[in-house]
Amino acid sequence: MTGPITTEPKDASPDRSEETPPRRLSRWLLGIGPLVLIATLIGLFTLLNAPGVTGDGNRTPEEEIVVETTQLRPGQIILTIRNEGVDPVSIAQVNVSDYYAQFTQTREELARLESGTITITYPWVEGDPYEITLVTSTGGTIGAEIAAATVSPERGAPFFGLMALLGIYVGVIPIGIGLLWMPFVRRSSKAWVRGLMGFTIGLLAFLTIDATLEGLELVAGTTAFGGGLIVFLGALAAYLALEGVEGVILRRHAGAKPGEGLPARSLAFLIAIGIGLHNLGEGLAIGSAYAVGSLALGAFLVIGFAIHNTTEGLAIVTPLAGERPRLRLLVLLGLIAGAPAILGAILGGTVFQPNLVALLFGVGAGAVGQVAVKLIPLLKDEAGRMLTPLTAGGIVIGLGFMFATGLLVAA
Amino acid sequence: MTPVEPNPPFVTSRRGLLLGAVAAVPALSLFGSPAWAGDAPADHDIDDGSSMTEMDHGSTGMGGSDHAGFPTGSVPADRAGIDPTAILRDFDKGKVSTLPGGQTLREWEITAIDREFEIAPGVIFSGWTYNGRIPGPTLWAQEGDALRIHFTNASPHPHTMHFHGVHTAEMDGTPGVGPGNIAPGATFTYEFDAAPFGTHLYHCHTSPLAVHIAKGLYGGFIIEPKAGREPADDEMVMVMNGYNTDGGDNNEFYSVNGLPFHFMDNPVKVKKGALVRIHLINVLEYDPINSFHIHANFFHYYPTGTMLAPSEFTDTVVQAQGQRGMLELRFPYVGRYMFHAHKTEFAELGWMGFFEVTE
Repeated sequence: MTGPITTEPKDASPDRSEETPPRRLSRWLLGIGPLVLIATLIGLFTLLNAPGVTGDGNRTPEEEIVVETTQLRPGQIILTIRNEGVDPVSIAQVNVSDYYAQFTQTREELARLESGTITITYPWVEGDPYEITLVTSTGGTIGAEIAAATVSPERGAPFFGLMALLGIYVGVIPIGIGLLWMPFVRRSSKAWVRGLMGFTIGLLAFLTIDATLEGLELVAGTTAFGGGLIVFLGALAAYLALEGVEGVILRRHAGAKPGEGLPARSLAFLIAIGIGLHNLGEGLAIGSAYAVGSLALGAFLVIGFAIHNTTEGLAIVTPLAGERPRLRLLVLLGLIAGAPAILGAILGGTVFQPNLVALLFGVGAGAVGQVAVKLIPLLKDEAGRMLTPLTAGGIVIGLGFMFATGLLVAA
Repeated sequence: MTPVEPNPPFVTSRRGLLLGAVAAVPALSLFGSPAWAGDAPADHDIDDGSSMTEMDHGSTGMGGSDHAGFPTGSVPADRAGIDPTAILRDFDKGKVSTLPGGQTLREWEITAIDREFEIAPGVIFSGWTYNGRIPGPTLWAQEGDALRIHFTNASPHPHTMHFHGVHTAEMDGTPGVGPGNIAPGATFTYEFDAAPFGTHLYHCHTSPLAVHIAKGLYGGFIIEPKAGREPADDEMVMVMNGYNTDGGDNNEFYSVNGLPFHFMDNPVKVKKGALVRIHLINVLEYDPINSFHIHANFFHYYPTGTMLAPSEFTDTVVQAQGQRGMLELRFPYVGRYMFHAHKTEFAELGWMGFFEVTE
């Protein structure tokens, strides 16, 4: 401080920093005040037992139980159930195809959103279908179906090995092969690259829609955690997160002219991250389908995924058309995009929580969608037109190709 | 498809298969568990020690019994609020007096009240009852007696008492005819003569009918021929019913005399060679037919009990809703003999039991 009169404003506008200590304190108080008031009111309301709106206590409890997972072991059927309703629920009897079977449960009464495991002793027969009915203490029933009984895989080293192998087959290898289109892309004319870009956008658009629908399907019929809402929230969050990442990248490349968009390499990374998030969800779906015995492993599934996912590699390298990337970079991109399938398969086979998987599907959809949006400016031809017969055709072919190959892997 | 693998022995396989043991023999090799065969249900060992749903079901000592039924045994009668064994031989002959003309008058007080029952371990059924029981009291009269049934509706819903028999329209307990529905708090006396003789029933006839019946408003109505029948050594009533607990179009539980699997854990005790007469009444709703089958024995069947000569000598009989009949049989050997619906679905959902024959 050099001036003798420190309190004097340095310029005409009122200086906020001058009175900072007391002002900041009062600002925080003003922010917290309503919260304190709400807490006080809640306390009083609870203490006085909701004056004026207390029920007569005769409300009939509503029972809402969902069966989240079904597992079979020799002589045993194991269900994970969750109470999605407001009222507590007790399971009193378990009926397997019109037979009251012996069972144990981890919790006698499930409070709101609580989950429990029911282990049923029943001599089920390989390949037979079963209908399980849980009878609650009020006589209400909750159904679960086993389409064809088969032993659920044990969670041992061979299981995790298999899941990892599955992830490699459906994620890493196809994308790795797809990356081998790099030389082809590099030698293609600009028009061709635009067409391929269109194809990539079509592919990503398909994945966005597909992941959203798959996520919604998983949580159809459950509302406890918001149902389909979590898919859209996941998508929005992922979209915004990737926008944020992009902002960081753009700031790093301060040299880039404003409005020019991302450098090709960053774009390739973004695509790889988006596809990686998508493949995490896909891996989860595959792992959990296998874990509950509803997935037939075999050549058909793996071949289907290989064809379906190989084009994802193409999508990653297309923005790099004008570059000469090193092999190391390509390997890294391939792993970012494909390896999450391994993690997903292992996780999905171990813990299956439909709401979590649906959220991840939403995240995948948002991530892939964000990349698709970023690619749109790259469709511009010399005249500045984006949708030419070539690019529009590319998009349609991309959508159609993914649709057709998607039919191969209807798991 | 992969061939069916022989599964390791299952703890419960023997339990499920005791019923209809003959039919189960091929399955025996499949499960590879010989332990179930020939197990006398008397030794109720806890077979695997797994803790069940932590409910108190020890009072009959039936937990984890070897025979079919609820894994933890049926609900003890006192806890359930229904005692099928007591209902078996409980013929309510009413308050008897003689009218000036010499006709015997029988009078009953019947009250409709709502009540909860624990029909299966942990499962509470909100019942509608006559005199607080399911099935309602078995009313017994002799052909030609004058009957007065003083009905009080102490429940919050309108009800009637509709008797199967011959009487005037006003006494039929049908809504819209005569007194029609008896409103909550109201009373009415149904009055008619006992005719024809046979094994009959009564039930509520208020709409929605299936609900009013299935919630428990029914009971046996036995009219003895004027000249009497051959005296039976043991006469009993068995009312076949079901419980639709989830409001669907089927029953979750089935029983005889109101409590699923009760007679598995508490066999009907009879004497060897004694003449056993059973009034069998089917009040099952939501399923088209019911049946009764007895093991290792045959019975004479008197449809509706309205003839003095049997129509059939059989071990299985089928009844539609409201159909009923009289069975007469003697057990030639001591031991335990199953009886159950030969619709095994019903049997495994509660409608099965044992006779225990002793010297």
